[in-house]
Parts: sequence; C-alpha cells; structure tokens
Amino acid sequence: MIKLRIDGNEVEVNAGTPLLKAAQKLNIEIPTLCHYEGIEPYAACRVCTVEVVRGRRRRMVTACNYPATDGIEVFTDNERVRRARRLNLEMLLGRCSEVPAIRALAAKYGVEKSRFGYDPKEKCILCGLCVRMCSDIVKANVLSFAYSGPRRKVVTPFEREMATDVCIACGACAHVCPTGAITIEDLSQRRGEVPEMYLGPKTAISIPFQQAVPKVPYIDPDACIKMQTGGCGICAQVCEPEAINYKMQDEVVELDVGQILVATGYQIFDASQMAQYGYGKLDNVLSALEFEKMLNSTGPTGGRVLTKNGKEPRAIGIIHCIGSRDARYHKYCSRVCCMYALKFAHLVKDRTNAEVYQFYIDMRAFGKGYEEFYSRVLDEGVNVIRGKAAEVVEATWGNEREGHLLVRCEDTLIGKFREVPVDMVVLCAAIEPNVDQERVGQIFSLSRSPDGFFLERHPKLDPMGTVNDGIYLAGCCQGPKDIPDTVAQAQGAAARILAMIAKGEVLLDPIRASIDENLCGGCKVCNNLCPYMAITFDDVKKVSVVNETLCKGCGTCVAACPAGAITGSGFTDEQIFAEIEGILADAGNK
Amino acid sequence: MAFEPKIVGFLCNWCSYTGADLAGVSRIKWPPNVRPIRVMCSGRIDPTFVVKAFREGADGVLVSGCHPGDCHYYQGNYKALRRYHLLRRVLEQFGIHPDRLMLTWVSAAEGERWAKVTQEITERVRKLGPLHLKD
Repeated sequence: MIKLRIDGNEVEVNAGTPLLKAAQKLNIEIPTLCHYEGIEPYAACRVCTVEVVRGRRRRMVTACNYPATDGIEVFTDNERVRRARRLNLEMLLGRCSEVPAIRALAAKYGVEKSRFGYDPKEKCILCGLCVRMCSDIVKANVLSFAYSGPRRKVVTPFEREMATDVCIACGACAHVCPTGAITIEDLSQRRGEVPEMYLGPKTAISIPFQQAVPKVPYIDPDACIKMQTGGCGICAQVCEPEAINYKMQDEVVELDVGQILVATGYQIFDASQMAQYGYGKLDNVLSALEFEKMLNSTGPTGGRVLTKNGKEPRAIGIIHCIGSRDARYHKYCSRVCCMYALKFAHLVKDRTNAEVYQFYIDMRAFGKGYEEFYSRVLDEGVNVIRGKAAEVVEATWGNEREGHLLVRCEDTLIGKFREVPVDMVVLCAAIEPNVDQERVGQIFSLSRSPDGFFLERHPKLDPMGTVNDGIYLAGCCQGPKDIPDTVAQAQGAAARILAMIAKGEVLLDPIRASIDENLCGGCKVCNNLCPYMAITFDDVKKVSVVNETLCKGCGTCVAACPAGAITGSGFTDEQIFAEIEGILADAGNK
Repeated sequence: MAFEPKIVGFLCNWCSYTGADLAGVSRIKWPPNVRPIRVMCSGRIDPTFVVKAFREGADGVLVSGCHPGDCHYYQGNYKALRRYHLLRRVLEQFGIHPDRLMLTWVSAAEGERWAKVTQEITERVRKLGPLHLKD
C-alpha cells in the first residue's frame, strides 16, 4: 500500500492503481469518455487529464492509466487542468460537433464553439472502447481500426455495412460507446430479448422480475457472451462475493416424499392467433402482461404509460375475453380479466389524462369488494361498452397519420355499431392450461377436465384433492382463479398435507387383493403383473403373497390368476356375476 | 316393437365411470341400452365376466377404460387390450359375432365421448340383432 494526496486529501491504495480509481475512492469525480470498468484503459479521449506533482516536477497526465506511486500529489480540478481539458474538449467538439455527451461536457467547461472545425455528422471520437470491448472482453474480434491519420476509423471486417457472420450481435460495443456512434440494428430476432414480453431489451444476466423468489440474477446461456465465445466474464470480475458460477448446470434431484402439491400454473393464450386484433402486427396493441409491466414503477418505463413513439396516449381501449368465452378457443371464463382490466383503467386514470374504454361481454365483479371497485371505476369516468370488439385497425386521428388505432365493435346496449379511436389497445388474453399439462398429468396420474385443467376429486366437497391419495392441487393448474382464491386453495391443501403428517397414519381404502394359500399354485403370473410390486413370492410356502399396504386394489391380478386363488375385496367374481345377473334379469325368457 | 339391445358396460372407476358420470351431470343424453358395472380398473375385467354377460342374455358388451398412458394403475388398460383381442377370437369360436364386444377409452373429462361411444355400440348391436343365448 502506498499513500498519495489528491486535491489535498490523503488516500491509501495499492501501488500501480490508476489515479482515476484512487480518486473514485475519495469520491472525486474525474470526467472521462473512454474509460469503462473492466476494460484496459487506453487514454484516448484525454478528458481525464490531471496534474501530478512529484517533488518539484509537475506533469499533465491522463488519470485513467497513470499508476499511483508513493508520495505524489494530484490536482484534478485546478486552473491548469481545466485549461487542458478545455483544449481537449474543443478538439473533440471540432470533430464531433453534435454529440450530446460531448456538448454537455464541453459546456460544463465553458466551451460552446470549436476553433478546429464543425462536423455535425461525425459521432466517433476514435476512443477505441468498442474495439477493445470486442477483442479483449467479448473476444469476437469483429471491430478494428483501419487507415491512419485523418482517415482513421472503426470498421467491421472488409467494411461491410451490416453485421458479418463473426459478429454475435451481443450489442456490447453499442453499450460502451460513449457518443452513441454505434447502433445495433435488429435485423432478425435480437439476442437477449424476451420474446413474450418485448418491452425493451434485456441483458444476459438479470433478475427475472422484481418480485422473483429467490431474488437472485440468472444467466441466459443463449445471450451470455462468456458462454458463446469464452470472453467477457465481467460479471464474475465485479462480483465481490464471487457468487457467479458459469459452470452451473440444470440438475435432476430425486426426493423421497410422501405427499405432493401440484401447483404448475398456467400460460397465457397467444393473442396473435386472433389476427383481427393485430397483436404482434400493430404497434401499441399490447397484451395485458406487457401493459402490467409498463405500469410497474420498476418496469421499463418507470410506470409511465407510453405509446411506441414515447407519447402519452389520448385514449386506451381494453378488450376483454380474448380467447376465453369463445367457442373457437376456450369456452370457459378466465375469471381474473374483468377485475385486472378495471384495475388498469383505475391506474390509467390515476396517471394520465387518457380516456379509457372497456369492451366487455359481461362484467364479472364476483369477489368480495369487487363490485364496489367496479362502481368506483365507473365514477372515475371510465367508459364501458358492452360488446366484444370485432377488430382493431390502423387509423388516422386528427390529422396525425401514424400509430393510431380504431376499435370496431357493436355496442349491444344502444344497439349501434361503433368505431372508437384510441392510441393504445390492451388485450385481456385467456388463462389456459400449460402446453405440457398433459405430460405433467401423466407423471402424477391426474385426470383433466374438458377445459384441459387438472381435475379435482370433487368440485364442491374436495376442490384441492385429486383421485390419487396424497396428491393435491393449488392454483391455476386446476382452473383459472385469482390470487385470493389461489391462496385459499393452496393454504387448504397445505393444511391437508400437514394434517396427514401430524396424524402419522394413512387411511387406506378397504379395496384389496388377497391370495388363498390353499388354491395358489405358485405360478408367479401375478408377481410381474402388479404395477405396485405388492405381490411377492414366499419361497418357503411356495405361494404368492400380497402386501396389503402396497396393494391399491386395481384387480389386475384377480383377473389374471389361472387358479382363481386371488379375490379382490369389494369386487369379487361372485359380486360382479351377481351384478351381471341383476342388470340382465329382464333379458331373455320371452 | 323395435329391437332394443341389452348391453353390459364394464367401466373403470377412474376414467370411464367418472366420464359417464360427467355425461349425466352435464345432461348429455346417452342410450339407456348400456347398463354400467363399475370395476376399479379395466385390467380387472376377467374374460369370464364378458362370457357371463352374454350367457345372461346381453346382446353386446362394452369395455371401457382410461386412454393408453392415462391408467390410474399405470398399465391396467394395456392388460385389458391384450385380453380383448384374445377374447374376440374365442367369442367367434362360440358363434358370437366378435363385434358384439367393444373396447374403448373414455377419460373422466369426456362426457360427450361417452355418449358417442354408447350410441355407436347400441347401433352396432342393433344391426347385428338379438343374440338369444338365454332363451
């Protein structure tokens, strides 16, 4: 450790630490354009110039790459330093006259005009941050400097205009560029974007959403540069607790459990299947989940409601029952949409001056306090139109040509066809069973009701149990439901599970197979037939034996026993024969 | 009077019986010709049950279980399927038209399918005519 003084304050750092970092330790800000944490400093922009005094010697150096040595004194903001920075900024301004970042920094030092020229088109200051990022960090080696002298510039291979096949489109160069000289064109599908919620790009490492449990970031292997080229690794460098592990893999964990609560959730109906609403084609037609994200104060817009061109909408249409209550897709009601649509209207009214139109079939405000909320939203001046919207089309509105929408529908309360101009449309798409619901059902031997959700044991008397003992259901995997209902069902199921654990005993149905030792010939046919391996062979007595705890009473062995030695309680041959005789008592004997 | 076939249906407890129940709850009409007997699993259905049903005067027999892969007991329905194919041959040797026996899969969610299946076997047996084994 060595000691040095910066602007009169003493600081202790490791020998060789760049002055810029040492100053950061004292919270002294040194302006810079071409410095980026994790990339080797290059001292291209010269804006970080400071004055170093060692003994009687005074020197102007760049703080980003000048190593600290013992006993030096650094001045970051004296008149000599400011004069040097002014000159550097004037030269940068002469090259890139209209770059906001440079203009702002220059203005801070009182430089408004440059003596060295005026070029409004040039944006690149040749700091090489992008080149170093691409070669040192990403290791894709796409960008490089070409030519020399005044013709020097940053180029892609062979100066081809668009991304070449070596570019992995990670966007790192555009991200680090201090002047915005590099932009990424979304030629196909952009990497790192979440397809279902395309409100803004995402980085390769992120916390999925603010309320995520556990709230830890995860790495998207398809977007991570480290996993694609072996470069980068910046996140591991900056993570002080060393929590980043690139080698982590999915693993299969086998657990021995006595009871299972199935809560596999749901998926959202893909609204682009209904082309008439323009989802995925028209800008400003959003799904409810996207709109919810937009309203979130930690979301991409900070909770502001904005159309694609960044303006506040003048009117918003909210269309209910997309894919639900529709014979072509799902017959059932999704249950939650009416209330969240009203919540949307309430929040929009709260945050904007926009008109809100609700296009509904029936308003289903069924829960506690819901009807009151509906009345309150109506009092806030939300327009409700009873009638399912027929289509959403592009339209002009008040001499403005772009981005405006027209919702066509029949207002069934006044019996008229209406066209409502709006700037934004929100589609309340149905809750539907997961795409792998059937496969999950097979794993747990769960039946599904006609709507595709898991079937409960009894719709009224056992809404959380299933036909399999010890397997319970909670949430939307059993049917669409809102949060209070899900919580109630889940707590009920958890209580059932805990009750079973506390009791320590399991009640079994009295339906069992048993083997008559005197009749059993020891052929072992039943041994391999039993799906529960409940039948074993007694080597001493030379007969098969049923383990009554394992037996579920399916009766497969009963039907297969060639000696008729196995009986299934409740469903014996005699009982079933008697049943057959009973139901056919009126047959024959004319 | 038109011939009304008497058909015995063996239904597994978990899928077909629940599906038939659903048909009833949903007020779906299905022919009363099929008279259901509940067993725990289609794998429990002993071929002698079918033969006994014909012997007692049934004109047709319907065996219905869970869809393949959906069996509550994992594979009981596959066992029923194997027995069904053997039994059809045996029935033919007895002089009973094998089409009088029908095997089908109806899940707990398929009330409408249950109605369709029962109509199908009723029509099929109606065409084949009475069996007259009990007379």
